[in-house]
Amino acid sequence: MNWDWSAVSDFMPHFWDGLLVTLQILVLGSAVSFALGLVWALLMRVPSRWVTWPIGVVTEFVRNTPLLVQLFFLFYVLPEWNITFSALTTGVVAIGLHYSTYTMQVYRAGIEAVPVGQWEAATALNLPLRRTWTAVILPQAIRRVVPALGNYVISMLKDTPLLMAITVLEMLGEARLFSQQNFQFTEPLTVIGVAFIIISYLASLALRALERRLVH
Amino acid sequence: MSTDTLPNPEKSPERSGSELIRLERVTKRFGDNTVLDNLDFAVDAGKHVTLIGPSGSGKTTILRLLMTLLKPDEGTITVDGQKLFPASEKERREVRKQIGMVFQQFNLFPNMTVLRNITEAPVTVLGLSKDEAVERARELLDMVGLGDKCDAHPAQLSGGQQQRVAIARALAMRPKVLLLDEVTSALDPELVAGVLDLLRDIARSTDITMLCVTHEMNFARDISDQVLMFDSGRVIEAGPPEKIFSEPEHDRTREFLSAVL
Repeated sequence: MNWDWSAVSDFMPHFWDGLLVTLQILVLGSAVSFALGLVWALLMRVPSRWVTWPIGVVTEFVRNTPLLVQLFFLFYVLPEWNITFSALTTGVVAIGLHYSTYTMQVYRAGIEAVPVGQWEAATALNLPLRRTWTAVILPQAIRRVVPALGNYVISMLKDTPLLMAITVLEMLGEARLFSQQNFQFTEPLTVIGVAFIIISYLASLALRALERRLVH
Repeated sequence: MSTDTLPNPEKSPERSGSELIRLERVTKRFGDNTVLDNLDFAVDAGKHVTLIGPSGSGKTTILRLLMTLLKPDEGTITVDGQKLFPASEKERREVRKQIGMVFQQFNLFPNMTVLRNITEAPVTVLGLSKDEAVERARELLDMVGLGDKCDAHPAQLSGGQQQRVAIARALAMRPKVLLLDEVTSALDPELVAGVLDLLRDIARSTDITMLCVTHEMNFARDISDQVLMFDSGRVIEAGPPEKIFSEPEHDRTREFLSAVL
């Protein structure tokens, strides 16, 4: 096996394009999964089976089917119903939706971990329900779950190459395209492998710094 | 203590008169366990009533019913002529404005500063402007001796300090009724006296009606107009503290007092 530095430098412009797309997927996908997961978690507390049952079924279904199948479904089946998005948008929606079914469980645990005394104090002060959630319960719950949410971001990073299957040219997509055109596989795949490690490492550092700040 | 912060006792020299709280035939069960059994009692405005008795006798349950943290299985509860039970949640919200509570575990909001713990409800519930609420909070913090702790977070305070903030937070809503649920039970022994002294001051210098569950019998003797002895969900003896503590009529009261005094 020969290592060819010129292949690395030839690949780099494509690598930067792919890195940008990977980071877009990661940032937007995380945002979707954080927001949607919170919505699911809150709706699951509505005291009505008409709300909790359908959401329970749908999120259970999404959590227990492969992300790759969901990507194909959104990319190939939705257009038949005249719903079309770009490949990148479809990918972000799919990965965000998929991970929201995990983050909802993280939020649920965080909300349940807020001591019942906090609810009681809010009642004793006559705070409206909405204010109790936004000012008392959620700030405490979210602070508790930041580490767990961060782990899902790192997990999501490792799932971003799946979007290659629906034509999104993220890092792996760029590497594969370059390899097929130049018959040089080792260098581009190694470069993106290293890139994944570096991003994970930086993300975990950022996460630890954030945790320290939240603990005061 | 500053008298413009709180209702003024001078305006009601009798410190009594109209009935403020009434429980009628109130029953509360937890599963098979009947905690309150067909209970009747009333408290006049401005009175300080202490509930004593062995644990599990239903004292705390009464405070939690009045704060609507629990619902009675049967019976009616009235505060200042308005129904608390049975009533709609909307009606309860109105009645609840007159009731404040201080908890055994303080239950301050750890995500807020001391000042914001106190201003949060006056702003969002009573509609005070932020400046008014802050002014009120600062007066109360001065009163409880923590004027310099506005920007601290609860975790940075001792238990005794946290409980003083919790008392200030309850008073900031200017309640007619203050419920005190074993407010010194979670404190280190050396911090108990300070909190009790503060409550004595409040009892002396305001006309707030106080319902107090406590195991501090000296405190109960000092502040109470009336002491209710509970056993198995019933009031077995009631009267002024001099009588209950000196010449109790009921055997159970005597046993209980000799065990705790």
